[in-house]
This record gives sequence, structure tokens and C-alpha cells, in this order.
Amino acid sequence: MLVAKIAGALLVLWALIALCVPWLPLQPYQVELEAILQTPQLHQWLGADDLGRPVLDRLLIGARTSFLVAFWVVGLSVLTGTAIGSVAGYLGGWWDRLLVLVIDLFLAFPGILLAIALAGLMGPGIDNLVLALTIVGWVGYARLARAQVLSVKQREHVVAARALGTPGSYIVVRHLLPLVLAPLVVEATFGVASVVIAESGLSFLGLGVQPPEASWGSMIQNGVRYLLVAPHLVLAPGLALFLVVLSVNLLGDRLRDRLDVKMNQKGTGT
Amino acid sequence: MPTYLIQRLLMALWVLFAVSTLVFLLIHWVPGDPVEVMLGESASGADREALRHALGLDLPLFEQWWQFLRGVMHLDLGTSLFYQQPVASLLAERIGATVELAAAAFLIAVMIALPMGAIAAARHGSRWDIGAMGFSLLGVSIPNFWLGPLLVLAFSVGLGWFPVSGRDGIASVVLPAIALGTGLAAVLSRMVRGSLLEVLGDDYIRTARAKGLSEQQVIMRHGLRNAWLPVLTLLGLQLGALLGGAVVTETVFNWPGIGLLLIESIQRRDYPVVQGCVLLISASYVLLNLITDLLYARADPRIRLEQG
Repeated sequence: MLVAKIAGALLVLWALIALCVPWLPLQPYQVELEAILQTPQLHQWLGADDLGRPVLDRLLIGARTSFLVAFWVVGLSVLTGTAIGSVAGYLGGWWDRLLVLVIDLFLAFPGILLAIALAGLMGPGIDNLVLALTIVGWVGYARLARAQVLSVKQREHVVAARALGTPGSYIVVRHLLPLVLAPLVVEATFGVASVVIAESGLSFLGLGVQPPEASWGSMIQNGVRYLLVAPHLVLAPGLALFLVVLSVNLLGDRLRDRLDVKMNQKGTGT
Repeated sequence: MPTYLIQRLLMALWVLFAVSTLVFLLIHWVPGDPVEVMLGESASGADREALRHALGLDLPLFEQWWQFLRGVMHLDLGTSLFYQQPVASLLAERIGATVELAAAAFLIAVMIALPMGAIAAARHGSRWDIGAMGFSLLGVSIPNFWLGPLLVLAFSVGLGWFPVSGRDGIASVVLPAIALGTGLAAVLSRMVRGSLLEVLGDDYIRTARAKGLSEQQVIMRHGLRNAWLPVLTLLGLQLGALLGGAVVTETVFNWPGIGLLLIESIQRRDYPVVQGCVLLISASYVLLNLITDLLYARADPRIRLEQG
């Protein structure tokens, strides 16, 4: 469908920009006093911010920030969460009970609140941001992987493999994980959307990327002060953020329907 | 009922205990010395020792933890380093604003989501359905710290209907509540639609239709009443997102609630207040979830009568 194609193209563009930024001739930190709060013009597409820095250049840097944070946080969360969840689910017993206790504890915090507290206390910065979001993020994947492994670990082929004396690690990796991958992939897709929002949100609160580095969230925060005179400072990064998240969510929906993963809502075949 | 009730209460107590322990540990995870951060580099050694002693940081960790827990049980959360006031009274001052905002946002979300989800399910596959799901997709994708400024731009600056920020009368809550409630409305309308679609395939719906009830009566009286239950279970988790989102929304609109206090205190490195805010928000979340579960058990006898 056309909408899905546009969404896909947008995400490819996002990734390309993020990866190519170091080689582009950008001047995101170039302070130019004559250009302060300049509105969009022909040679300066998106205008300039309160220090006269080009908004377009900063927008592209922000794309890199959000992409890298999403990549690392989702990657690390999926890996650790899946490993812990599937092993605990497979072994059962005390390990499993311990994991459930930990999961329940983490889920007792509103996720973003824990991330705010962690990022705030560890001090702002992109490394701590990734760490804080990963500490919050792995739990969901662990819970999902555990539930999935529990539901398939009594299947015949697993029992057969165990009867043949196959080591547990091999069973988990080769016989269980391939079966439970689909829901994890769908979850990870939506995970990208929520991490992109979380990164911008924390940067908006001043707990993420620090100046002069750019994040869409910190650009919005900075622009809110000039909302009356220069709304483009808020509109441009917000729109970029919104479009990326919208595209990810759209493709996530498609993927879920395609892989026929049943999540919270059953029987909604649209 | 009693077994389930006791089980659920014990679980909530364990979580509250663990949450307060974790919140206590947070302050000890801070890289570097909190005393150093609070006093700055120029402070003398004696001053540092004095503050360390005043904060109880010279005691063994276990003893500090025990004191902290005892304090929490007596609603004593320490003293703010910035305001020089008890944290508990600071929180008490601010909680009203947050409750007001969250309740307004919740109300808006339900008022949007219920009719929208119901219409989408009743006219499954129609333009209404596509439109409603399109709105839902937009709603979950729009960050509230962007929606907030957009609303301000349109309705405060452009039309002049509502104040830009702050808490002053009923009009000032409208924009923050919309900014905060839109995400929940989007998620909720999807849930209502999904749950209702499932219910509409059941036998008693066919019976209701067969006995000649109007479609509206079928949906309202037989459909929604049953579809509401699964939605209720998921609602508890969504309230967490609402509380977390309140922190951001309060910052956007300068709304003097717990969330704004949390962010201000993080910036001021006022650790006791940070602890108190995180603890209060998490505890309310645990409590709300407990209430949702109990409501669910009350509404569905299968849950409360189930053994083990």
C-alpha cells in the first residue's frame, strides 16, 4: 500500500541521514548573530535558531542522535531481555521465579519515570541515556520471551532434542528461539517508536543530549521559549519526530498483521 | 473473594517494599559523592562531615536503609535540601495539581475512546473504522511535549481561548489534559474496538439481535458491558503511562504538580525530593493497579472464585 511505502521510504531516509551525517558539510554549531531566529528562507530552508544556527543542519544531527539511541537501546534490550527471559523460561524453577519477581518490580514503575530518575541521577549525557533506557527496556522483552518459551517448550521436537541429550543452550538457541522470534520482532519494532519518543522526551527535560549537541527533543525544548516569534523552531523538529514515530508504528502494525502475531487485541483482521 | 484479595494485597505490599528499597538505592548509585555535589568543591572538610552526618550518610548502608524504610512508614521522607521543608509536606502541596491533571486527562481519554472504539467496531471495515484507527495511530505517535506547544500555538496564541501555562482556574487544565489524554485515548479506543469485535461474535449477541433489539441496544447493553472487562485489565498498565506522561506534560505547561517538582529537584540535585516524588508516583501506580484488579475481580466472578 502507498502509505506503507511512504513510511518505509521515510525510515530508510532517516537511517541514511543518520549514517551519512559525519560526511555531510553541515554547520550545526555555527553561531551567526545576524541570523538569530530567522524564519525559513530560500538559502536557509528551515531558518535559524536563537543562536543563529541553521535549523536544518541541527535537524539532521538530531536524526543521527535519535537513530543511534534507538539502535543501541533496542538492540541491547532485545538481546539481554531475550537471553534472560528465554533461559529462565526454559530452566523454570527458582531462576524463573526470581525473574518473575524482578519483572513485577520493574513493571511497578511507570517506565518513563524510572528512566527519568535514572538519567537524572546518573547525570545527563547520551551514554547514561542509553543505559537508563536499556535498564527500563529489557524487562518487556524478557517477559515476552519467557511467556513464549513457556508456551512452546513442551513441544515434541524439544522433548525429542532433550531425550537425545542435546545441551540446554543449543535447545534454547536452535529449537526454541526460532519459534518465538516473530512476536519479539514485532515488539522490537514498536520498541523503536517508544525509544525515539523517550529519547526526545528525556532530552526535552534536559536529561539527555547536552548542548551544543542536538536532539529533536532538546530542539523542541529550546524552541518553546520562542514559540511566539519563531514557531518553526518547534514545528520542524516535532514534525520530524512525529513522522518517524508514525512510520515506525505504521510498519509495526503491518508487520504484526503479516506475521499474525496476537497481541492485546485478537480478531482485528483489517 | 478473601483468598484472591489477600494474595493481591500481599503482592502489592511486596512491590511497595521493593520499590521503596530500589528508590533508596537510587541515591547511592549516583556516581560520585552526593555531599560533594551538594556543597560544591570549595566546601571545607568539616562542613562535608557535618552534612554527611546530617543526612545519615556516615551510617552503614543497611542502617540507612532501615531508617529510610521506617521513615517511609511514618510518612517521613526527609527534608528538602533546597526548600528546607519536610519532603512530605512539599508533596502534599503539589499532589492536588497532579491528580486534577491526571483525572481530567483520563476523563477526556474515556470520552473520546469509548464512542470511537464502539463505532469502529460496530461499523467494522467501514470508513468510520478506518478513520478511527487512523486517529488512534496518530494519537500514539504524537509526543505530548510536541502536541502541547502545538495546542498552545493554536488555542492560546491563535484563538486566545485558554491560558498559555500555569494553573489558574478550570480553563487552564484543558490544554494540558488534552495533551496528556490524547495518547491514552488512542490506545484505549483500539482496546475498546478489539474487545468489542471479539464480543460481537458471541452467541448472546446473536440472541439479542434475534429478539429484535436495535443495533444500538445490542452494542450498549450487551456488547460494551462485556467488552469493558478485558479493557479494564489493560487499563491499569496504561495508567502508568499516564502518570509518567504527566511528568513531561507538567513541564510543558508549567503545571505545579509532582512531575514538575521532580524535574526541578533533579536539576537542583535535591535528592530527598527526587526520592519522594519517584516513590509517590510509583506507589500511586501500584495502588491504581490494585484497585483495577479488585474491580475486575468484582465484575468477573471467574477471577475471584478461581483457586490459586
